[in-house]
Amino acid sequence: MTKSEAISWYRIQEMFRFQSFHMYGIIGSTVVLGMIMIQLIKYKQLRSIAGKKIQFQPKEKGVKRYLLGGIIFGFGWVLTGSCPGPMFTLVGSGFSIILVSIACAILGTYTYGYYKDKLPH
Amino acid sequence: MIEYILQPWPWYFSGPLITLIMFLLLWSGGYFGVSSNLRSLCAIGGAGKKVPFFDFDWKEQIWNLVFILGTLIGGYIATNFLSNSEPLQLSQDTIADLADINIPFQGGLMPEALFNWENLLTLKGFTIIVVGGFMVGFGTRWAGGCTSGHAISGLSNLQLPSLIAVVGFFIGGLVMTHFIFPIFFNL
Repeated sequence: MTKSEAISWYRIQEMFRFQSFHMYGIIGSTVVLGMIMIQLIKYKQLRSIAGKKIQFQPKEKGVKRYLLGGIIFGFGWVLTGSCPGPMFTLVGSGFSIILVSIACAILGTYTYGYYKDKLPH
Repeated sequence: MIEYILQPWPWYFSGPLITLIMFLLLWSGGYFGVSSNLRSLCAIGGAGKKVPFFDFDWKEQIWNLVFILGTLIGGYIATNFLSNSEPLQLSQDTIADLADINIPFQGGLMPEALFNWENLLTLKGFTIIVVGGFMVGFGTRWAGGCTSGHAISGLSNLQLPSLIAVVGFFIGGLVMTHFIFPIFFNL
């Protein structure tokens, strides 16, 4: 992630301004290969190291939670310039200030859990 | 060979590598979804006693916590041992657009003028670091996943809910970039 600069705040800006193919290339190639990989796993009924069949949990149906939660996530993604994974990578890269963002993300997750039943899903 | 490792990696190398990581996680009995760790960290902190959503056996998620520890170490190694010091090749258009809203680009991964400890308690610093982080954590759990869980794992598995979530990510990202940023950074 670091080596392809996908953890860069600037690359996220470039992506949302449609000024470079870089991030779309990363996500697009990952997903296209991922689709082929998952179809192969299902077709071959591949087993994991522990010998269990690899299974996929279908996501629950719904629209509101995905759209509204997604929009809030999108706001945060652009502000911090990172999603949860890259936050940890950035700390490793020396940006200790992102520890504050991680703490706030944990608090955000806690707040969701607290108000879960009052939110539309 | 070593020059290829040291220079920034192109998307067609990185993308397939992420798919490989997703495969290795599935093969080891896990899945590729980073934001679940935020829920586990709440549970470790004892949130399960007060909020049922966090009352689950987080020990089953230890593999995932080890994975994010790995990404942190990976970031350290990549930055300290596997990088040349060449500036990021950001698009000229993006550099110009950001200059318009007073955000300088000096070749680094992050705008260091914004992301630093001194800036934390200013309006701009607090918003991007604290409010932004909170929104990532809140939004990702409400939507049931983040970029890894929805955009990569979910779309790869042809999940309609993931497509809706990704549309949401982009609505939020585009509105923030094109409508809120120009106002906010010109305050």
